[in-house]
Formats: sequence, C-alpha cells, structure tokens
Amino acid sequence: MKVLVPIKRVIDFNVKVRAKSDETGPDLTNVKMAINPFCEIAVEEAIRLKEAGTAQEVIAISIGTNACKEQLRTALALGADRAILVETEIEVEPLGVAKLLKAVVEREQPELIILGKQAIDDDSNQTGQMLASLLSYPQGTFASKIKIEKGKINVTREVDGGLQTVSLDLPAVVTTDLRLNEPRYASLPNIMKAKKKPFDTLTPEELNVDASPRIEILKVSPPPERPTGIIVNSVDELIEKLKNEAKVIS
Amino acid sequence: MSILVIAEHDNDELKGATLNTITAAKEIGPDIELLVVGFSCDAVVEKACLIPGISKVLVADKETYKNFLAENIGSLVAEIGSDHSHILASATSNGKNFMPRVAALLDVAQISEIISVLSEDTFERPIYAGNCIATVKSSDSIKVITVRATGFDDCESEGGSAPRENLDQDTNLGISAFVSEELAKSDRPELTSADVVISGGRGMQSGENFRLLEGIADKLGAAIGASRAAVDSGFVPNDMQVGQTGKIVAPNLYIAVGISGAIQHLAGMKDSKVIVAINKDADAPIFQVADYGLVADLFDALPELESKL
Repeated sequence: MKVLVPIKRVIDFNVKVRAKSDETGPDLTNVKMAINPFCEIAVEEAIRLKEAGTAQEVIAISIGTNACKEQLRTALALGADRAILVETEIEVEPLGVAKLLKAVVEREQPELIILGKQAIDDDSNQTGQMLASLLSYPQGTFASKIKIEKGKINVTREVDGGLQTVSLDLPAVVTTDLRLNEPRYASLPNIMKAKKKPFDTLTPEELNVDASPRIEILKVSPPPERPTGIIVNSVDELIEKLKNEAKVIS
Repeated sequence: MSILVIAEHDNDELKGATLNTITAAKEIGPDIELLVVGFSCDAVVEKACLIPGISKVLVADKETYKNFLAENIGSLVAEIGSDHSHILASATSNGKNFMPRVAALLDVAQISEIISVLSEDTFERPIYAGNCIATVKSSDSIKVITVRATGFDDCESEGGSAPRENLDQDTNLGISAFVSEELAKSDRPELTSADVVISGGRGMQSGENFRLLEGIADKLGAAIGASRAAVDSGFVPNDMQVGQTGKIVAPNLYIAVGISGAIQHLAGMKDSKVIVAINKDADAPIFQVADYGLVADLFDALPELESKL
C-alpha cells in the first residue's frame, strides 16, 4: 500500500514561545524550527509499515513556505521515498490544509494517511479529522497502536478513560498519539541519500483549492502571570500554609 | 438562531464537562438546545432536561451511536447543527474526535478549546502550549467550537424542565466499527473534575512508587495524575497524563511531585488555583509556577505528608 504522511514545520518543542510586545503574534525571531513531534511519530510509523512489507511507498507532504523543505528533507532522511511541498505564503488553517491534502489524496490514491494528532504551535487538533470527513473516510485518532489486515485497520486509541479499539475500512486516516512509537534519528548516510530522492512542489492554485483563512487573529497576548510563590522549609510548614493561608485543605 | 450544545456522556451518566460547555454557550446567546446522542441513554436525557436555561433536549438514541464513532456522530451533528448559529462541544477526547468532522462537513473552520467568550464571534484560546492567548474572530456563518472545561464554571444542573424531542436520524456510515475498550477503573474522582490533583513525574522512579501518592490522594479526595515523562517511562498509563496533549486540569489544589516542569506539563495545570511542588532539585522550573515549593526528597516528604494530613 501507499502511505501519505502530512507533516508540519513548527517551533522546536523545547522552545518557550512568548507573545510579541505589540501583541500581533508569537515572537518567532531566530527560534529553532523542527518537525512537529506528533508528525515525527507519523513518519516513523509509516516507515515501520514499509520495513514490515505492509507499505510499498511512503510519501511525505507539507504545506507552507519554502522553508518547509527542511522538514521534508528530514522525513526523506528518516526513510520516506519522496516528498511533496504545497508551497504557499499564507498561513493555512486546518480546514484549508485538509482541503489541500484531499486534493493530493485524490491524485495519489494512498490507502492510508498517517498524521500527527495535533501541532504544538496552534494546538488545534483538527486536520486529520477534517481530512477524513472531506474524503468520507473513517478515522482512528490519537492512535497508540495500529494493525493492518485484510483491507481493514485496527486502531487502538488513547481516550479520556483509557483505551478504545476501532476497526476501520481502508482507505483511512490515522492520527498519532505519543505512545505509538519512538521515532528514530536520521543517520548521516541517509541524510546524504535523501538529497537524491524525488521532490515535487505544487501550489494551492494547481490543486484548485481555496485555502484562504476563515479566522482573524485579533491579537496574541501573554497568559495571566501567576504571583510569585514561596519556598517552605518543611512538610509541617507546607500543611500549615495550605490550611491557614491558601485554605485549600482542612 | 439557536446554539446547539452536544452533551458529553457515556450513555449512563451526564459528564460535568457538559455543564462548563453550557456556561460558555450562555455567554454567547440565550437560546440553547442540548443534543444527547448515544444509545440507551435515558438516564442521561433525564439529567439533561433538568439543566436550567435549555430550550429543548434533542435525543438521538440509536445503536449506531452506542460507541460514539466519530464518523456517524459527525454526520448527525452536521445535519442537526446546520440551521444553528453555533455548535459547541466539550474538548474531551470524544468532542475532539467528532467536532472537526462536523466543521469540515459544514465547510467552516473549527475554533478549538476556547477559554473565554468575548462576543458571539470572538473568543480567546490558548496556543503554543498556553504560552500565548490568541483572540480570534470567526467570519463563518456557523461557529463550530470546542470548549476547554477549565475556562468556564459549571452551570446549574437542576431546576429546569426542558422538553425532550426525539430525533429519527440514524446516520450509520458503515465504514468504522467498535472493537473493544479498556477503561481504567478507579474509585477516585476524575482527573479533569477533581478538586485536588496529585501528580507524579519522572522523579517517582517507578510505577510502583506511585503508591506513595495514593495514601495522600485518599486523604485529600484527590485524583492522581502524571507528567508525560512518567508516562513515557512506562510508569503509568497515558490516561493519567496531564499536559499540553494530555488532560487539562485546573483544580483548587495541584500537587506536583518529582515533576521538573516542562512546558508541555505546565500547559496542562498552570491554571490550578494553588500549586504545590515537591522536588529535590531547587532549580526545577516547576518552582516558578508553584505557590508553595518544598525542596525535598519525595521519598522522605511523601510518607511524612501522608502521616501528618
């Protein structure tokens, strides 16, 4: 089978982002960028399907500026066979991303689309579900385990109370949760080899998709500050403060 | 036009998150309909009808909806919601699962995890793990919204008498099926609605050592949570994870034990009213958000705390 893996370029997960002082957006000046951690898990899962002989081809795709090539090259170095960049300067919202991906799915006809459950920048958690919905495909969101057999995929999902397993007809959309796998690192020889792998660039116009935003960001501000706390010296003092000062225990 | 709120429940019990979501709906407008979709869920409907300020309770009680498969629920909600101004659901694993399908079917954006309502089209939501708060304005004709429960108080749960209206729709897409579930059984309160939460991190060193938290949790009536590091290390299951991509909690008292305070964890608990941190590393970032910090070895501090509470 063919597997499509959409990935997103985001800030590195260790970076603590601050709002710009004029509140026009997050301050991303000179911030380290990376593949969204959940997308990395998606790439890893697709490569494992290929290594297991279940998948024959893994295609990585990203939507954004030319800079996203960096993350697509990482996906190629990790083991994806080819890459597609849908290049656009506008900040595409999840609905627009899902529409662009749908257009690519119709061209490429993958049987499985694996993507991260959430991007750590806008924390939307929408794209996979929207894509599945637009394609009338089933979805296995927040996956911690997948198993493919006889035209179906069983997805074990992380839900609020524990785990739920669903069986989905293929083609299907899977979104990854943290425990699905532990992504590998790209080796130097593979990074060199990745440079020779096929790389296509498309535009939203070529895909005939209107990906213009529906939501206007009026401002981006810092969260309310917490008052500075104190260090207590003993368990006794802690209990005393919680009882008499904070009044949260009796 | 009225606002449609989707009730969060498990066919037996109406979940508290529904009440926070109704509060958010009331801040948007006065005409609110509540949709209960499930199977054999009369007990839930009874409770739903008692919530004050609801004009009617729509009920889709069909076997199709028993296991809340997103494909089938998404289609139903999009159909019912198409003549509403807003569609709201709680940002639970269930709401997060089906709501984007609804938005896509209606060709509108979704506004995820709002924490406040500024007007009928303008909302606040955290981005970048809560390090920024975005004020967003939607230009869509129908606003599809998930609500972060910690951003809104519970509404009253009794005193109303909304009429019940049964729906005939049975939107089974037939492309997905429920296989099984393993739900954690616990006598403790649910993490997301507990008044007190005590969480352990990598410093707990093993899953067995989480027992040290249990005695304290019993005395305080607390739920037990964990950091992503503790989940990644295999100490405890993922449904205990508090953080950016786990559960978002805001109890009256949050006790973080052996948790360093990574950005991802803080995103899930920093709106708690009072935060206590117990960690032997005085430089741990968790102390920057803690109201009360205790620099101590947790293996000494926890037994002492349990015995003195």
